[in-house]
Amino acid sequence: MKRLLYLLVGVFFGIVLFKSEAASWFRIYEMFRFDAFHMYGIIGSALGFGVVFTQWIKRGNTKSFFGDAIKIASKERSFWRYALGGIVFGLGWALAGACPGPMYALIGAGYFPIAVVILGALLGTFCYGLLKDKLPH
Amino acid sequence: MELLFKPWPWYISGPLIALVMALLVLMGKRFGMSSNLRTICAIYGAGKFSNFFKYDWKAQQWNLIVALGVLIGGFLAANYLSDDKAVAIAQDSVVVLKELGFSSAGTTYMPSEFFANEALLNLGKLSLLLVGGFLVGFGARYAGGCTSGHAISGLSNLQLPSLIAVVGFFIGGLIMVNLIFPLLFT
Repeated sequence: MKRLLYLLVGVFFGIVLFKSEAASWFRIYEMFRFDAFHMYGIIGSALGFGVVFTQWIKRGNTKSFFGDAIKIASKERSFWRYALGGIVFGLGWALAGACPGPMYALIGAGYFPIAVVILGALLGTFCYGLLKDKLPH
Repeated sequence: MELLFKPWPWYISGPLIALVMALLVLMGKRFGMSSNLRTICAIYGAGKFSNFFKYDWKAQQWNLIVALGVLIGGFLAANYLSDDKAVAIAQDSVVVLKELGFSSAGTTYMPSEFFANEALLNLGKLSLLLVGGFLVGFGARYAGGCTSGHAISGLSNLQLPSLIAVVGFFIGGLIMVNLIFPLLFT
């Protein structure tokens, strides 16, 4: 039952990613050139609702659908891992034109060369695991 | 109903993405789409090479199910919910992209130069796709999250680390598009 719910949320997210064109390589390019408002509008309006929702969850004692307490973890304090990791991610986001969510939506949509991007992302994740202790965090 | 088949405007899409995050949080989970890459590495035995992959990945199976759902959603949207998939990007972007050799700009969803199946036969293009993916995977884990984990969830939770990461995303993206693209594509 829970699994079906996760699947359905994923299906909904996949449809939104594709139909919003947030999964389009072109939209990412356009965003990084500041040529249109579209992507800023998506992220900005998601954030507007997101902030209100998150603060509501943190202030109340809202239980999850399954009756458990909800805990929203804070991010660990640090600078270098976020700055350097963020820049590396941004370079890849602009080149591949897709972040991890859209990659899966694009496979489903039939743009099969994205499989190479996913393979690269798995390799990158693996190499981070190997080098983790040698990198500044 | 007809509007459903057109591209969805940002003021519909953004709130719906917030809804996805809200649903996952209300199911006791997190909204983060890059963690499943670590889960896949762990399933295929990456724990033998690094402790980073030695964790209870079975408890993380839900994020793989979400990813599978996203794949199905992409299939449904592309095949049953779209009449014309061309992305009407800004004319300024189209002009620059055409100069860089992306003649499909403004007429397709993805640049056919890289995402039509023929690209799989071109070693140069394959390497760029692989490198792009590598940077996304490496950077997401280094930064501890991607667009969903930092730009949406983290900023929604007013986290300074997420703001640093998002500024990093933009520094990287701006360098790639404005400084490296002109060297890669001429």
